[in-house]
Amino acid sequence: MQGLSSEIWISVRLTVALAATTTVILLIVGTPVAWWLARSRARWKEAVAAVVALPLVLPPTVLGFYLLVALGPDGPGGAIAGLWGARTLAFTFEGLVIGSVVYSLPFVVQPIRNAFEAIGDRPLEVAATLRASPARVFWTVAMPLARPGFLTGAVLGFAHTVGEFGVVLMIGGNIPGETKVLSVAIYDFVETLQWREADILAAGMVVFAFAVILAMTLIEKRMRRAGS
Amino acid sequence: MQAFLSRLKLLAASLAIVVPSASAALADQVKVAVAANFTEAAKAIAAAFKADTGHEAALSFGSTGQLYAQITQGAPFEVFLAADAARPEKAVEEGFGVQGSAFTYAIGKIVLWSTDPNLVTGAQTLQAGRFDKIAIANPGTAPYGTAAIEAMSALNVYDSLQPKIVQGANIAQAYQFVKTGNAELGFVALSQIADNTDGSRWVVSDDLYDPIRQDAVLLKTGQGNPAAEAFLSFLKGAAAVALIEKFGYGVDIAE
Amino acid sequence: MNGTDTIHVALSGSLDDFDLDVAFDAPGHGLTALFGPSGCGKTTILRCIAGLNRLAGACRIEEDIWQDETRFTPTHKRAVGYVFQEASLFPHLSVRDNLLYSSGGRVKPAASNGVGFEEVVDLLDLDRLMQRGPQRLSGGERQRVAVGRALLSQPRILLMDEPLSALDRQSRDEILPFLERLHRSLAIPVFYVTHDMSEVERLADHLILLDAGRVVASGPLGVLQSDTTLPLALQRGAAVTLDAVVSDYDAAYGLTRFDVRGGSFLIPGSADMPTGSRQRLRIGASDVSLALEKPASTSILNVLPATISSSRALDDREIVMVLTLGHDSNGEQLLARITRRSWDLLELQDGRPVFAQIKSAALAPRRLPQ
Repeated sequence: MQGLSSEIWISVRLTVALAATTTVILLIVGTPVAWWLARSRARWKEAVAAVVALPLVLPPTVLGFYLLVALGPDGPGGAIAGLWGARTLAFTFEGLVIGSVVYSLPFVVQPIRNAFEAIGDRPLEVAATLRASPARVFWTVAMPLARPGFLTGAVLGFAHTVGEFGVVLMIGGNIPGETKVLSVAIYDFVETLQWREADILAAGMVVFAFAVILAMTLIEKRMRRAGS
Repeated sequence: MQAFLSRLKLLAASLAIVVPSASAALADQVKVAVAANFTEAAKAIAAAFKADTGHEAALSFGSTGQLYAQITQGAPFEVFLAADAARPEKAVEEGFGVQGSAFTYAIGKIVLWSTDPNLVTGAQTLQAGRFDKIAIANPGTAPYGTAAIEAMSALNVYDSLQPKIVQGANIAQAYQFVKTGNAELGFVALSQIADNTDGSRWVVSDDLYDPIRQDAVLLKTGQGNPAAEAFLSFLKGAAAVALIEKFGYGVDIAE
Repeated sequence: MNGTDTIHVALSGSLDDFDLDVAFDAPGHGLTALFGPSGCGKTTILRCIAGLNRLAGACRIEEDIWQDETRFTPTHKRAVGYVFQEASLFPHLSVRDNLLYSSGGRVKPAASNGVGFEEVVDLLDLDRLMQRGPQRLSGGERQRVAVGRALLSQPRILLMDEPLSALDRQSRDEILPFLERLHRSLAIPVFYVTHDMSEVERLADHLILLDAGRVVASGPLGVLQSDTTLPLALQRGAAVTLDAVVSDYDAAYGLTRFDVRGGSFLIPGSADMPTGSRQRLRIGASDVSLALEKPASTSILNVLPATISSSRALDDREIVMVLTLGHDSNGEQLLARITRRSWDLLELQDGRPVFAQIKSAALAPRRLPQ
């Protein structure tokens, strides 16, 4: 790994920072969404669920295109950027975080929703009969019982953001240290025929993905054993 | 029985007629790999080519790098219209292209372009630098990106503009960045905006950057296919040149 | 029964295509059994009292109004203790933390009329389970923890929804004595949903009979058991339960004497039952036979004078009757079932004095921890 230039390390650091930030935001944003999807009896909740799941089936180019427009000066992103005098959220780390949050949302919401649904009504009813307010029920019963779902969601959200390419390519602008993440770096290395570097990074990604999937399977297995 | 035999003969006779003409039709087709930036021009040229010669040019589009990688992996293309001069040269070197067949079919031109009708007035727009982001194609992979860097360097504004540069993976993305307003202006290909007069533009002088030579090469798979050779010579002819210029490219006058 | 010391429940409406329309009062002490076949609405009533389901109506526990035309108190603001069919312990908490969930994990002094932590632990014998996880408890142990957990929430009423039905025979036998002890030592009222008559006979003071979402009858257990207009007395296993006091122990023969209003019973065993302690005796209708005169020579120990208060033909073969112990019509009531042939042979009729003979074996009282 000695031959790896600082440029690569910048990309690695950036990618980890992006994935970590995205995961934290997704856990914060995704948990209430997952809770609502799991508990609501609203008839239109499955429509909301379908919207959340859209990134699973939409090509990144569709998301990337809409994000590019939405983040730009004529979209909401431009309005937000205007708060600190910028014109657009594209080409920024913040813009990538927004894109990644949208793109990885189903990977976090779905496992947490499943975990909330698996709890069932009973433990929540028990807690209510023990004088626990809805908020206390959520924090002391629902959250701890859904822990495997949170773990799965966090791991998937992180890994999926690390593996994100199309969206970043379309809204990132390839700025080293700001938006040039690993997957884009690999793409550039391949395109410029720097195959040795591409090879090192690509192999690293394969090992990373393998480790993530293996770790998750093992953790889930252990949690199932502990839970039964 | 008699009737059956005579019908069989008839069938055989008709086959004898059909088969050679079918093989002739196959020989009439040429498979062309076209760099994405040349898509519209190539379609127009293929139409003119068919009208003129009766031959069919089947076009496949992609980035030059991707198409080249496919060619090295045995893709059945017979002619390669690249977006640079390097890949056709490399094709010949590595034995996929026919020696001596490469030539410059078009010269890409870069334009400084903005959707804002008042922003781009000329080189002074770059010197003044009154903008937040300027889009270019990735100079590592796209010749149009390299040309943009060369032009900025020639104008001595590259160092000051560097923090404002955002890169599209290719020239199409640089165009998207400008078109959606995420970058106020950018270096795009003239061919991308040749058919409209939107916004403001400055066609960068030829002397500020090395010409973006887009070379064509006959691939070994196309050797002996009359349609392939016909396509390449058609590409050099006046009808094609007129189309190429119409789509915003220059042509090599020395050719 | 309209005073503020009673529990008043009135509910009507439909829930998941099930129509419920009930209104009843129950005493503010002791155990009220809600008894009826599956699907009669008893669990729904309990859930509505807890606020887990909502139907139109009213719910008042003594002076606490939980629901009326204008109010609906959410579950977590109702002082209920709820024991579900399955123990439903929190799997991520130890037994101790489950018990202390309602008080936020801290041992708090008991409310004035409530129960304290030590008392509950002692009552339900939970001491050695404290640090375990719920996964490492037997079914009976789990349900005991669930009962303790509900009690420690300092409820005004304890609601138990078939707490034994998910348990096997052995766990059931293990936990029943705890429930009996509980019901004797608790000041708070208990609503107990069951479809098992033997649980009613062992535990209930008051009974609400339900069928198809309606109240069939409501009243003290003994009254409903011996009411021949109700289906209970007509069942094959019909019985009455009597409150008895241990009055004497005959060490020579190993017999214990139990006094009830209007008579007394001699029952083998029970040497360790202290004199003066209260026991519950179950007397099945088919364990009682009748004689017109006191039999001079019989192996049956318990021959009690009684009067036929009422009778009803079950069919053309059998007759069920209510006997009042003693000849002054002031005693406890028993049920007796005899053939119509015997009825005719003995020329029995309502108001006639008889002698009721009860086999001791059928009377064996349960050993009840005090």
